[in-house]
Amino acid sequence: MEPRGFGETLRRDAWWVPNVFIVTILTSFLVYATWAAFQNAHYTHGPYLSPFYSPELWGDSPHAWFGPKPGWWPVWLPFSPALIILPIPALFRFTCYYYRGSYYKAFWADPPGCAVGEPRRSYLGERYFPLVLQNVHRYGLLLAFIFLIFLWHDAWKGFWFATPGGQTTFGIGVGSIVLVANVVLLTGYTIGCHSMRHVVGGMLNRISGSPVRKLAYDCSSVCNRSHMNWAWASLFSVALTDVYVRLCSMGVITDLRIL
Amino acid sequence: MPNTQFRIWRGERGNGGFRDYTTEVTEGMVVLDAMHQIQAEHANDMAIRWNCKAGKCGSCSAEINGSPRLMCMTRMDELPTDKPITVEPMRAFPHVRDLVTDVSWNFEVKKKIRKFRPRTPDAPDGTWRMQQVDVDRVQEFRKCIECFLCQDVCHVLRDHHKHDEFIGPRFFVYSAALEMHPLDTEDRLADLKEDQAIGYCNITKCCTKVCPEHITITDNAIIPLKERVVDEFYDPVVKLVRLFRGKSAKGTRG
Repeated sequence: MEPRGFGETLRRDAWWVPNVFIVTILTSFLVYATWAAFQNAHYTHGPYLSPFYSPELWGDSPHAWFGPKPGWWPVWLPFSPALIILPIPALFRFTCYYYRGSYYKAFWADPPGCAVGEPRRSYLGERYFPLVLQNVHRYGLLLAFIFLIFLWHDAWKGFWFATPGGQTTFGIGVGSIVLVANVVLLTGYTIGCHSMRHVVGGMLNRISGSPVRKLAYDCSSVCNRSHMNWAWASLFSVALTDVYVRLCSMGVITDLRIL
Repeated sequence: MPNTQFRIWRGERGNGGFRDYTTEVTEGMVVLDAMHQIQAEHANDMAIRWNCKAGKCGSCSAEINGSPRLMCMTRMDELPTDKPITVEPMRAFPHVRDLVTDVSWNFEVKKKIRKFRPRTPDAPDGTWRMQQVDVDRVQEFRKCIECFLCQDVCHVLRDHHKHDEFIGPRFFVYSAALEMHPLDTEDRLADLKEDQAIGYCNITKCCTKVCPEHITITDNAIIPLKERVVDEFYDPVVKLVRLFRGKSAKGTRG
């Protein structure tokens, strides 16, 4: 039977609604993240560091590892600590199996929806260049995992507040909870990653001989079952954590101390 | 329940169109019942393929209101009746007549997949030993009833007609059941990459959505196979590790 034309289907449900959401949310996130990355301001507040800027390798805040902007940084390129590190989580998310399926549908209409007609007849899939490069996802995972360690460290630091005497004291602010919630969601997203599942145990046909890997595989599989939810929740949490730190830093809102 | 309107695709070898029928729907009916009733009342010559009416034989696959489903597992009370209910044959396969399509291409594909090749027996009596935990994963794939709804909804076959190059989700599930089996020693990864073109799958998960057996096709079969193909052909680090460690036997792949 002849294939249907673009958007043609007998489906009665609003199959296009998820695509509208995905395009809206991902575009909004990209626009906001780009804007926030170029700001190079209002990314810290007390012990809090925005996840868009973590780890801060070079920068003007007390969180910077190696001091201010390096001398070798090109003059023509605007400097921001976020620009150095954001490509890595971007690579991880861009090549994520879940997001791939979503943006192929929503942005490229390939297909626009299940059992819905397509706009073009040619098709290369992920078999040829450029999409065969999606196979670098496992490297994105490795780098994202390293980033997670820094983000957990940041979350821990978010509980230690400076005192007037120059010491630090343990405390809990709303920001501390925001940072922890963010890193928990990012951890769930990373642990449930399909490449992670493969590496920790999925590649084995006889996992019974490796009880530790079996446990890791089971944990990864549990998170993988709701990978989509982790993906969206962690995307929102990263943006909202940056918003929270930014608003505190700008004095728009006050970070409430619980302890 | 009142009379319900149906719009059923009638014709031969792709030539034809929708025809409207009305029949009384009673409590507990499924779409297949309604088709049989229409067949009895209005269209004695309407061709329908069906067997068990229990969601186990995979014969009565069709597209109901645009979605690939089993007619025997689609309850009438879950369908909106404000508009005629459309029933048409699967679109990814050659049309034969009315709601019947020729799915023999699938059987030809299956013949080309490398067969199960167990390792040498573990015991002198010619038997093997394996742990339940090792076969848990492949048992999910054995639930497949070969209804080919996943093949029908897959846009690589449905819209792009890559039947000569791509084997489709059902056979990735079949390959995964063999490839991940703890006793199997055959290596199918080169076939999956080249002749069976797993790279064409772009993870839309439509196959998973339509599976009447709720097999997690994409996450549990296709993506793990894609990852194994990456190990074998695309990942330079894995290649380097294997260069020094030597490639482990497939049956114990690590």
